[in-house]
Amino acid sequence: MSTTVEAESKRGEQTGAARGGGLSERSRAERKLGWTLIAPAAIVMILVTAYPVGYAIYLSLQRYDLRFPAQAQFVWFSNYAEVLTSGIWWNSVWVTVFITVISVSLEFVLGFAAAMLMHRTIFARGTVRTAVLIPYGIVTVVAAYSWNYAWTPSTGYLANLLPNGAAPLTETFPALAIIIVAEVWKTTPFMAILLLAGLSLVDESLLNAAKVDGATAWQRFLKITVPMIKPAILVALLFRTLDAFRIFDNIYILTNGSAGTGSVSVVDYDNLTIALNLGIGSAISILIFIAVAIIAFLFVKGFGAAAPGQEVK
Amino acid sequence: MAAAAGIAGVLVLAGCGGTSSGGAAQLNWYITNPSASVFIDAAASCSAASGGAYQINVRYLPSDADGQRQQLVRRLAARDSSLDILGLDVTWTPEFAEAGWIQPWPEAKANQVRNGTFETSLQTGTYKNQLYSAPFNTNTQLLWYRKDLVPTPPKTWDEMIAMSEQLAQQGKPHLLETPGAQYEGLTVWFNTMVSSAGGQILNDAGTQSALGPPALTALATMQKFATSVAADPSLSNQKEDAARLAFEGGKAAFELNYPFIYPSAKKNAPDLFKNLGYAVYPRVVADKPSKVTIGGFNLAVSQYSKNPQQAFDAIQCLRGRDNQIANATGAGLPPTLTDIYQNPPPGFVDSYPFYKEIFASLNQASVRPQTPAYQSLSILIARILSPPSAISPQQNLDSMQGSIASALQSKGLIP
Repeated sequence: MSTTVEAESKRGEQTGAARGGGLSERSRAERKLGWTLIAPAAIVMILVTAYPVGYAIYLSLQRYDLRFPAQAQFVWFSNYAEVLTSGIWWNSVWVTVFITVISVSLEFVLGFAAAMLMHRTIFARGTVRTAVLIPYGIVTVVAAYSWNYAWTPSTGYLANLLPNGAAPLTETFPALAIIIVAEVWKTTPFMAILLLAGLSLVDESLLNAAKVDGATAWQRFLKITVPMIKPAILVALLFRTLDAFRIFDNIYILTNGSAGTGSVSVVDYDNLTIALNLGIGSAISILIFIAVAIIAFLFVKGFGAAAPGQEVK
Repeated sequence: MAAAAGIAGVLVLAGCGGTSSGGAAQLNWYITNPSASVFIDAAASCSAASGGAYQINVRYLPSDADGQRQQLVRRLAARDSSLDILGLDVTWTPEFAEAGWIQPWPEAKANQVRNGTFETSLQTGTYKNQLYSAPFNTNTQLLWYRKDLVPTPPKTWDEMIAMSEQLAQQGKPHLLETPGAQYEGLTVWFNTMVSSAGGQILNDAGTQSALGPPALTALATMQKFATSVAADPSLSNQKEDAARLAFEGGKAAFELNYPFIYPSAKKNAPDLFKNLGYAVYPRVVADKPSKVTIGGFNLAVSQYSKNPQQAFDAIQCLRGRDNQIANATGAGLPPTLTDIYQNPPPGFVDSYPFYKEIFASLNQASVRPQTPAYQSLSILIARILSPPSAISPQQNLDSMQGSIASALQSKGLIP
């Protein structure tokens, strides 16, 4: 029995070695099975996403305005040149980056605090966790409308706390502050839930050992907890940054992009559906696509070995 | 097996049944929701009067113009054949016509529409010398004032600002309420001022900017008002409704707004209403009559409609004299037929005691630039002129020239 197994595994290694350090027969078969099983889903995904992306690239190479259909013609990359030299585009990029950086930072800090709270709470666990999740469960547009009404002068209860005549939603920085508050309020629970999942994986015995060795709570937090939940932090930050970069609902409802508060998605929407300019709108869409891909790439590269699934087999 | 085949057969037959109802053509009428059921009543009476030729089904669109446009544009771009009669804002006809989404009227029926309709309203429905949409209702701004503060209404903007300054010195309510936020209303105001000064924004062909000295006069007047005591501090935040509320609140002596404020003042501010006076929009230049920019709705037939001829006939009925009077008295929508103003029925005079001022305004009105690129143009102009207190005439004029040139060629982004 054992000799047969040994002989087989030896043969497998030899075959593997013969292929220049490749995988054993069994690993190859498993990998092939894996690909076969996900192939149908992958094919459907590629069809559903590749066609629209391809069509968008095709449209972005033309001057194609739906209001002047007879004048559609290929202009290659001049749409991209127009977008990249437009003050409106760069203003929206800086607004988007500003909102993303500030809202994700705030969400991370508050989300972590909420996650620690949910993790450590002894009484009413279910209630605390549900209460934290409520803002995330409300439809974004509905929440945005209630913020809009709250900040409208003379009828809004929050606007009435400000000096008379102040209309925060019509000025750039106050409006951006309100948008960030609405964003943070809405998606901190999402951060908290992802971080809570990570916190559950931290081994209590490690923390106890450190406590015995004399580490303070802050040291335990920084040196043990945070490094151990790095994959969860990566996932949470990556998802939230990608979502925050593509922010649309809150801005559309609160200010509709006026007073220079339009994000890249709002500018894209305006140029596609108001100006009906398919060429410029598609060029903006492709640029957003590239920006999002760059963000994802930087995140995964930056976190390096901490990325989930990157562990050495 | 047989049961399954039988059920499938029945379902197929049921699906076929809908098309051969062998009777009235079903026309779907997409229009904004008015404050009363006047459109449903009109659709019912016109369907009955057609003697079985067609049946009009009213489908409501959102109440804001941008929402209506988005819904219509998406479906027309997808060649939806379930749209027949479209309620278009007066600025959309060139856009929809150039994109090939609405049908031009056959000459004979077009002449019937032209007969007895205001010239300016017809202008909004005409593109490249063909009638594409029939004027349904119109709208125009008037000067409203408080007779207890202002014995005779001002004739020009300069006069009005001077009166306001005098009232301010006496410590009385002195503001002029008018919409000044960064939106379509700002472009309308600018168009009114430029037209009243004797100029226009685009040339007649709609191919390039025609801004010149009249535009400078208009911008100077707008800036003079916005920096004077007559301007409300929240001018740059106000749309029509906020202006109405501010006037009803009692801190203003004048208001430039649409007639919807009249029934509202009657209901909400009866003391103020007792002294409410109305006059034609003030002049920008003393020797040129003011030319207010009109609003309103036109009715057009979709290019992809299955029953265009019935749709044209239905529109003729929907915009007939009786229906327009019902719309005016029931929902406050000013009519587009000149005869109603010249021979007004009694109910009309009760709801529209200012009908003579409206008639005078409509006879010397102006329209917004008739170009398919109007939406982009309007957004760019509103952006340049906001806030009105920061208007710098020559600088803004140069910016507008540049923006107009690129918008007309579909170049450049809109914010």
